[in-house]
Amino acid sequence: MAVRRQPSRADIRKQRMLAAINFPLDWLEERSGLVGAVRYFLFRKVPADTNWMQTLGSATLTAFIVQAVTGVILAMYYKPTPNDAYKSIQYITDELTLGWLVRGMHKWGASVFIILMFLHMGRVFLFGAYKYPRELNWIVGVLLLVMGMLEGFTGYLLPWDQTAYWASVVGINLNGTAPIAGPWLAQFLRGGQEITGDTLTRFYSLHMLIVPGGIAALIGLHLYLVIRLGVTSPPWSKEAAGMERADEPQHLRPGLTRPVPRGGGGSS
Amino acid sequence: MSEQEPLPEPHLPPPTLWPIGFAVGIAVLLVGLIINPLWIATIGGAIALVFGLLWARDATADLRGRAIHVEPERAELRPAGTAEIGPPVTPHPEPGERFPRSKFLEGVTLGLGGVIGGIVTVPIAGFAVLPGFLHQKRHQVDLGPVGDFTEGQWYIATFMLDPSEGDVSRRTAFVRNNGSVQAKGGQVPSFTIISNRCAHLGCPVQANGPTGAILGMKDVIEKTKNGKVTLSPTLPAGFGCPCHGGQYDTEGNRTAGPPVRALDRYDFSIKNGHVLLLSTYSVAKVEGTGAQAKIHKYKLVGPGEHVDGIEQVFYPLNPPHH
Repeated sequence: MAVRRQPSRADIRKQRMLAAINFPLDWLEERSGLVGAVRYFLFRKVPADTNWMQTLGSATLTAFIVQAVTGVILAMYYKPTPNDAYKSIQYITDELTLGWLVRGMHKWGASVFIILMFLHMGRVFLFGAYKYPRELNWIVGVLLLVMGMLEGFTGYLLPWDQTAYWASVVGINLNGTAPIAGPWLAQFLRGGQEITGDTLTRFYSLHMLIVPGGIAALIGLHLYLVIRLGVTSPPWSKEAAGMERADEPQHLRPGLTRPVPRGGGGSS
Repeated sequence: MSEQEPLPEPHLPPPTLWPIGFAVGIAVLLVGLIINPLWIATIGGAIALVFGLLWARDATADLRGRAIHVEPERAELRPAGTAEIGPPVTPHPEPGERFPRSKFLEGVTLGLGGVIGGIVTVPIAGFAVLPGFLHQKRHQVDLGPVGDFTEGQWYIATFMLDPSEGDVSRRTAFVRNNGSVQAKGGQVPSFTIISNRCAHLGCPVQANGPTGAILGMKDVIEKTKNGKVTLSPTLPAGFGCPCHGGQYDTEGNRTAGPPVRALDRYDFSIKNGHVLLLSTYSVAKVEGTGAQAKIHKYKLVGPGEHVDGIEQVFYPLNPPHH
């Protein structure tokens, strides 16, 4: 019954503004489907009783991104040669504007990354989130942990001071004591029979290109599996694992609100 | 806008020539900046501006609600004419023997891809791995004249294994002149030269005892092809490692801690009156002392590797190491 009122000038302006914002988004969506993909990724259903502990994975990812960004910037100033490495790090720390901060972020962020990985792993273990059907994601996570530690090992040599040198001597020789393959692994890591400038550049390449590339790829797989399999309910949840919010109107998603319990019985 | 309005049909923008004019304008502008900034560049800028505006006007027609002419993506379908059907050029294969062409192509694609991948990957992987194993340098270190080494006195000798590598190749050895001994070829000099690389994990082993000035002796410094060689007199009761506490006696035998064997030693020779360090070798244990020592000698292996006893089965093959 309402009288259709003439749209005011403000309404028209608002409409135009929305059209201007939506136009590029629609353009992108029509050609790539990316907008829908991002919405699918960000606006997933999660169990109603997810816990703060379940943010540890995202925290670890954030720590990795911080490492990647600070590392890329540090690479602009760092020189991986035996005569310049230590000097360039001193230059970054003492001379360059904000160098102390970015190097500090990278140095301390490295420990934060490792600690968060372990906390995240502990949460997954204690919540039983590694069980069917998420075993593969646990395995991918273990690979990520190993590669994260490899980042720590290779990054430790780069300051090229006494601590870095002798820690790498001991670390490489530890690898060398492994049965059968150990001596070969140690020589591969050194790039020869002694630690030389070749070892430094080799560790630099591993640290900033090879291992981070592997980590990024594995993170992609890790996230894909999280999205595909959904977030686990905490162990104290009264709902079945991965169930949607209880207040979701049933008629909207009838197939998902009452999942068929596996093996005859639901979790309780 | 009512709810019944159908979704906008996907469409292609009509072809337009404005971008070409825009590109020409930019090109003229850039050329003009080099040859005649005042006139040609201005003309180019004007062309680019005009065509750019026309292009933008065209591109935003939809946004501004202007109806745009949509070219059909395909021409109308017309019925195809009837073709003369003759006999097939190649006879049809028997039903059971039909060669699976798609399978063949699949195999060829995968096979070729594999071959190309291999051709690219194998040399790269070889380059990443092999240089660390092949053509490893043998060192030969000149420690200076024999006369610098007082008989019976221990010296901490520091030198560069490879001066071209710089300080990272600086090494330390414990050297003692044992005097000359009777051998088949007459009197030959005897030296005990022990590497300071710990047989546990490779940390630098130190002399347990007073060194240098406290003994009332001066360091001997020689310039040789191995950089600055320093000989520091010392009076060790043994050698000890700061990292994990490995202890050795003055012959390099392990006395305590985690090391798995005795300290490595250097071969040596005397040439033109100079002491030359040659290859390093590993030692299981040493019986006796000085010139009379019986050394259980093995090929050089890494720290932490057993050279004798049952544990040696863990290290059947070692990379070349000198």
